[in-house]
Amino acid sequence: MTRKHLLSSADLSRDEVEAILDTAASMHDVQRREVKKIPTLRGRTVINLFFEDSTRTRSSFEIAGKWMSADTINITGKGSSTSKGESLRDTVKTICAMAVDALVIRHSASGACHQVAQWVDASVINAGDGTHEHPTQALLDAYTLRQRLGSLDGRHIVIVGDLAHSRVFRSNVITLGRLGARVTVVAPPTLMPSGIGDWSARDGFATSWDLDQTLYAASPGDRPDAVMMLRVQRERMSGGFFPTEREYTAGYGLTRERLTRLYAATPDLPILHPGPMNRGLEISAEAADATSSAILDQVSAGVAVRMAVLYHLLAGETEAAA
Amino acid sequence: MTDVLIKGAKVLGDNAADILVRDGMIAQIGSIGSTRSSGERDGARLTVVDADGLVVLPGLVDLHTHLREPGREDAETVASGSAAAAAGGFTAVLAMANTSPVTDTAEAAERVLDLGRAAGLVDVQPIGAVSKGLAGAELAELGLMARSRAAVRVFSDDGRCVHDARLMRRALDYLKPFGGVISQHAQDPHLADGTACCHEGEVSGRLGLPAWPAVAEDVIVARDVQLARHTGSRVHVAHVSTAASVEIIRWAKAQGIAVTAEVTPHHLALGTELLAGYDPVFKVNPPLRPDADRAAILAALVDGTIDAVATDHAPHARHDKEHAFPDAAFGMLGLETALAVLAEVAVRPGLLTWAQLAQRMSFAPARIAGLAGHGRPVAVGEPANLVLLDPDATWTVDRAASQSLSRNNPWHGRTLPAPVVATFLRGECTAYRGRVRGQFDPEEIA
Repeated sequence: MTRKHLLSSADLSRDEVEAILDTAASMHDVQRREVKKIPTLRGRTVINLFFEDSTRTRSSFEIAGKWMSADTINITGKGSSTSKGESLRDTVKTICAMAVDALVIRHSASGACHQVAQWVDASVINAGDGTHEHPTQALLDAYTLRQRLGSLDGRHIVIVGDLAHSRVFRSNVITLGRLGARVTVVAPPTLMPSGIGDWSARDGFATSWDLDQTLYAASPGDRPDAVMMLRVQRERMSGGFFPTEREYTAGYGLTRERLTRLYAATPDLPILHPGPMNRGLEISAEAADATSSAILDQVSAGVAVRMAVLYHLLAGETEAAA
Repeated sequence: MTDVLIKGAKVLGDNAADILVRDGMIAQIGSIGSTRSSGERDGARLTVVDADGLVVLPGLVDLHTHLREPGREDAETVASGSAAAAAGGFTAVLAMANTSPVTDTAEAAERVLDLGRAAGLVDVQPIGAVSKGLAGAELAELGLMARSRAAVRVFSDDGRCVHDARLMRRALDYLKPFGGVISQHAQDPHLADGTACCHEGEVSGRLGLPAWPAVAEDVIVARDVQLARHTGSRVHVAHVSTAASVEIIRWAKAQGIAVTAEVTPHHLALGTELLAGYDPVFKVNPPLRPDADRAAILAALVDGTIDAVATDHAPHARHDKEHAFPDAAFGMLGLETALAVLAEVAVRPGLLTWAQLAQRMSFAPARIAGLAGHGRPVAVGEPANLVLLDPDATWTVDRAASQSLSRNNPWHGRTLPAPVVATFLRGECTAYRGRVRGQFDPEEIA
């Protein structure tokens, strides 16, 4: 792979996704060793530039870089969002003047990573841009699902929740689609992204306003092979997208009752959530902690997948790519 | 003052004629064959301009220009914006009120007027704010602005919508004694708030950009034509961008309601899909719309439902466009490219003749704004406000070559038809091939 940036999940072909996931599997083995450090990125500098709060993504990128012997530095701050502050271009040009190899960027604005990639020489990795994309999350979700289900060809993955504001959804429909999965996305009409009708038709995924119809499809072939619950972003709910949390849970939550009914058909159904969870809102405690829950597996996969991404984007320049 | 003889220009694109300009007025039109070269004639200096193959139109009038002075002189000044206007073939521009401080007093309006006169490249007519500080709460001093030396007749909170129906109604009532008009930036702030920056549809959904639905414009246009009917006052719809707005305006005109409308070159020519690369040069308010809307507003411009083309020239300092897309400033340059873009989208495809384009870029905007001396026929006894363009040439837009102080030019690198050759303001050549008075040798045009 000779890719420089990872800005969108659409950047990656199926072969590239599979190469990253295969590398991630061997990185996962590294994680289980007593001494976890490998020398692959020795002498390289990776900056985690987080303009927006993050715990798991930032720390997993940091650990990934450190285990690969890169010098990783975290820069956080919420600046650069007003016309009075320093421009984004000035901020990243300043940082890159310090001879940086890669910028891992989280920003509250959609497209920020695309713009930065035009301005700097370093590799840019999108660690979540606004309500646009989160490609490494989609890769770690795909990794987790492959661990549970094997090949994703023809598998039916159901994604439920606040699609309008979800960068996880936007990246996942692309990456899961690349791997041959059938995807159905479920949300109330007010939390569907604009233009979803044309978009889903063009990209070959299904949409629904009815969670129960999707989960308990009459035909066994249409039942889900995995369910991914998305976080309801309370901080973005000022517009009154639904009347009450109680009503949301009744329509779109993975409640204990829904879990019981799902388990009757598929006892080992993988349940995913990108976190952080609102327990009791989009996911019940029973579902989050269920035996088939893959939520902690996702976190664990996060480090391995990010090691693999750093490897494919950075190590290829100094040694033969895997 | 030098006399000018423009030889062989096609008047409004029709028959070629010679035009003699004396004392700032058109003195003679027809075959003025004897004189072929510049020099002394009847004791006066005569400049002869060879306009063979060129088209002469009345000087263009822009209903919607942001000149940024006072307040953001790093982005544009009245002088630099006037230069861009002259280079683009304009002889008059209306300067929007959203400067800092806002043009909401007689003194502020007179200041803009005086800055325009000092620059002397185009007539700069200030637009007054509808509400104090554009805050949308209390009426600005409409009457004092109207009675000032600036004689303000067009009022607008542009950049913001006058969204309070009661305030809009009061303003429309209040300006009746002096025949004013409100130019409305139609954007319901609840349906499209200040963050909205991408037409609501598949592109905004995929890109995850805050959506600006067409209906946020449509509902305000629908309301305002009813307020125009109720008050009997005039409403002008700024930068119409949607198919439904066009339908409402068409209906309103059929009812005899006093509504006029403008469209920008960029809404005609540029589509939503350009946002895919998140380049803030394409961030504009209202946003670039899909093909169906663009086709509807072009058809409406052709059939006369939309009266005028206006640039919404919106210069921005480079650093204000180098934020993340949602944080970057709204707006794009337009004065120097408007004529060429309209030539590209309307004249070349045979949708409008040059004479019809002159209606929409000179006569109608001058009439809507109540500007005397502009938008006049090319005829003896009229002020010599003229633009010469080359209908058969093409040019490649270079943002670095702009007269504007800003570089947010969405047309950069594009090859467009019909470059402006020369602009005359009351007989004086204000711009010649992209350069303005002082940047070219007057001998060059002869």
